[in-house]
Amino acid sequence: MANKKRGLGKNLGRIKGFSIQFLPFSEIKALNSDQRIKKILGIILDNNILILQGRLTASEEARLIGDTMAMIGHIQSFKGIELAVISGNGKEGFFSKMGKGIANVLAGGDFSAITIIGPASIVKEMKRNPKKIELLLNK
Amino acid sequence: MEIKIFKNFFKRIFSNLFKNKREVKLGFYGPPNAGKTSLANRICKDFTGQEIGTVSKIPHETRKVQFKEKVEISYKGKKMVFKMIDTPGIATKIDYENFMKYKLSKKEAKERAKEATQGVIESIKWLDDMDLVVVVLDATENPYNQVNITIIGNLVARKIPVLIVANKIDLKKSDIKKIEAAFPEYDVVGISAKFGDNLEEFYESIFRLSKKIS
Repeated sequence: MANKKRGLGKNLGRIKGFSIQFLPFSEIKALNSDQRIKKILGIILDNNILILQGRLTASEEARLIGDTMAMIGHIQSFKGIELAVISGNGKEGFFSKMGKGIANVLAGGDFSAITIIGPASIVKEMKRNPKKIELLLNK
Repeated sequence: MEIKIFKNFFKRIFSNLFKNKREVKLGFYGPPNAGKTSLANRICKDFTGQEIGTVSKIPHETRKVQFKEKVEISYKGKKMVFKMIDTPGIATKIDYENFMKYKLSKKEAKERAKEATQGVIESIKWLDDMDLVVVVLDATENPYNQVNITIIGNLVARKIPVLIVANKIDLKKSDIKKIEAAFPEYDVVGISAKFGDNLEEFYESIFRLSKKIS
């Protein structure tokens, strides 16, 4: 038992060089799309995994991807991001309740959703299904 | 009053004629290596005898938007003219070191990565210009990839009709039901672009969806 505990601690000790930051939606609610993306990318470039309450609009998500691409090759060791959104209703929130889904997506928000964004240099993969997101980290 | 009625009558006739004759901009979107170019090639070859672009096992083979204009597709006596727009795969990360696994030199890999990032940006910009979009997904991969959801979300927001294609159904690992479960609001057509399987259903869906173009 003691060995098991020691082993577990040893592995955890190896994960260094990043932190997890939680951002309530109220922090970006008043910002325009440019400011939201700038804020999010600023957090990611500081080697943080961001957990955002709610979600961005579809067009903001696309812009986030576009701006991320524009940074690759210009910022040292930046390879892009891993991104996943999970809805609080346990289903594929965006499409399962279409009317509500579109309204939320167009307006932004959807407080039942959680958005996770991490730098690809830290997050190897986000395995996702409608009920959970698994983060696989780089060694 | 009578002149106005006549004017409207002719205007309606001409606009309908024009609508039927005009080129429908048909975009192929999706993540890298899903088979967008393979499908576009299959269609272009069937109806024009020419391909639209090259395909490769190395991801991000298509790094610039490619077109084929005036592709007339005939299906069960119906005809429509399309402008085929094959777009680079959309990804959230691009690491040049991944290309080196395919025996590209460091220089070639870096160049490919640079072009691929530009390609993603170009694909996103082109979203506004589509009349109808085919989202090509690899049926052997997990469909709950945020890129897929972001692409479809953007098309919904722009009111662009979407057809989801589950490609690579010839492979054992393929699971079309998983894609249908992930996107229950959409038509999902399983095909094999490589072998041309089930293209009849694909054309049927394209003709049906083209009626929704606003």
